[in-house]
Amino acid sequence: MSATTIFGKNERKALIGPILTNNPIGVQVLGICSALAVTTRVDKALVMTAGVLLVTMLANVAVSLVRNHTPGSIRIIVQLAIIASLVIVFDQVLKATLYELSLELSVFVGLIITNCIVMGRAEGYAMQNPPLASALDGIGNGLGYGIVLIATAFLRELLGAGKVLGFTILPLVKDGGWYVPNGLMLLAPSGLFIIAGLIWLLRTVKPELQEKD
Amino acid sequence: MAKLQDILAKVEHAYFSPGKPLAKFHPLFEATDTFLFTPASVTKGTTHVRDALDLKRMMMIVVIALMPCILMAMYNTGLQANLALDPAKLAKLEGWRHAIIGAAGIGYDPRSILACLFHGALYFLPMYVVTMAVGGTWEVIFAIVRKHEVNEGFFVTGMLFPLILPAATPLWQVALAISFGVVVGKEVFGGTGMNFLNPALVARAFLFFAYPAEMSGDKVWVAMDGALAVDGWSGATALGTLRAAGESFPQAMQGLSWKNAFLGIEPGSMGETSALACLIGAVILIVTRIGSWRTMAAVCVGTVAMSLLLNAIGSKTNPWFAIPFWWHMVLGGWAFGMVFMATDPVTSPFTEKGKWIYGFGIGALVVLVRVVNPAYPECMMLVILFMNVMAPLIDFPIVKANIKRRAARGGSHGGS
Repeated sequence: MSATTIFGKNERKALIGPILTNNPIGVQVLGICSALAVTTRVDKALVMTAGVLLVTMLANVAVSLVRNHTPGSIRIIVQLAIIASLVIVFDQVLKATLYELSLELSVFVGLIITNCIVMGRAEGYAMQNPPLASALDGIGNGLGYGIVLIATAFLRELLGAGKVLGFTILPLVKDGGWYVPNGLMLLAPSGLFIIAGLIWLLRTVKPELQEKD
Repeated sequence: MAKLQDILAKVEHAYFSPGKPLAKFHPLFEATDTFLFTPASVTKGTTHVRDALDLKRMMMIVVIALMPCILMAMYNTGLQANLALDPAKLAKLEGWRHAIIGAAGIGYDPRSILACLFHGALYFLPMYVVTMAVGGTWEVIFAIVRKHEVNEGFFVTGMLFPLILPAATPLWQVALAISFGVVVGKEVFGGTGMNFLNPALVARAFLFFAYPAEMSGDKVWVAMDGALAVDGWSGATALGTLRAAGESFPQAMQGLSWKNAFLGIEPGSMGETSALACLIGAVILIVTRIGSWRTMAAVCVGTVAMSLLLNAIGSKTNPWFAIPFWWHMVLGGWAFGMVFMATDPVTSPFTEKGKWIYGFGIGALVVLVRVVNPAYPECMMLVILFMNVMAPLIDFPIVKANIKRRAARGGSHGGS
């Protein structure tokens, strides 16, 4: 690793890579459960993205800072303690500022603790890399997660309720418009269909992601 | 015919062979060619199937077996609409269908077979055309991108799908659903033969969950605007009525006799109402050995067993417990599902023992869900999809046991 530049090749790779070529949902297939649950509306997806992005970034930095002082045998517990503390802070901030939304997101904010992306990046990246690169990796993965989440939520809210962020885009028949909402989009399986479709698209555009069998 | 073959060969050489301008669209040519003539290609490996019955002939026999259901679908759809129509409000009918009926001078007499067939055809045929056009387009797109032949499987899917739709389904929903069925139900997994769910049922389930208002209740089964209907008319299906009425069993049928339910003179999805038409189809499928008699027999056994069990248990509050099995067999999608959906060779188990388990599961579950779950009175579709998912699981231990038994018989060399 070159120490001459602060923002070198490694750092750029850490930041950009997870957004597309190593997308946590599309390629690593992590964090799927929350992606199915909180994508019925765009605002939920935005808050969830913010939470995962902040927690992943800060957890990566903290884990990276103590990586040389953490005994291998208890490293998972150390990582969990750091992640859990951060999630609790985020949850409290959310309750203080966006109370209604925090009720709707309910357990899923708390479940960021067990979101495979956070733990996966701490264990897989931050334990071996310096703080700056780890922070960028956290941001990159948060963004990669967020892009898929927001795209899915956008489609689900638009097709399921004719709205985006609460603003009517497709006027519904029952309000005198022309759009008949697709009820399936409000059920969890549609999240799977959309995410599976995105994964399919990603693998078609980038054939190198396909496994050889 | 030799001349036609000659023309086809020339067209292929000039446009569709590799390097020629339309080479990409060879699957389209191939589909037309093999539709008209038996393909000349032969297998080159060590395994051979020497049988005139290829996929195309097999699918055509299923389509032939569906003919009674199709005729009945058109007749009954028209009959139900004509029965519902109040003659006094005839002038208020509007739309292109009624313009055609008016121009043809056929009228709306429910006693005239021709008038009913004609009226019903105006609902069935547009849905069929939309299904074939949209679903067929997807098939061709995937065939071209994946460079394989266009599969005939879609002839059957395209025929089955409109038959399991309510008559009042809007055509854009038909198009959307069949796209979902073909792409997510089949092509995602690699196309015909690779799908583990029946594509027609996937499309129907899509509509059921996406647009419940158009797929359930008592407004959708008869193609007639409620405002133009005779007084006191209800368009609910027998299963729906029974669920809503909460009365005891025979009264809640509201005059529907078992004979009419068997013949299919009742509201319902277009092709599924007539158990008789399905029975004729079943005979054709069994005699030609296209459909598995084991699966069908097992569905019957499962239905009878579960019905008798529930009859014996009984219930003071739920009239459904009292329905005898011969009623279960003529109501809802039971007969159609058993004959044409459960026997789908791709999505049912491959082992013969497996077919018995699978069929029994469908027969027993459909009765159980109808009786105890108020949310899904018309559950044949969901039950078959559920058992489709279970099919590989059913096959697995049976195949393993076979291998084990043969290995034991043949000693350390294994079976042959």
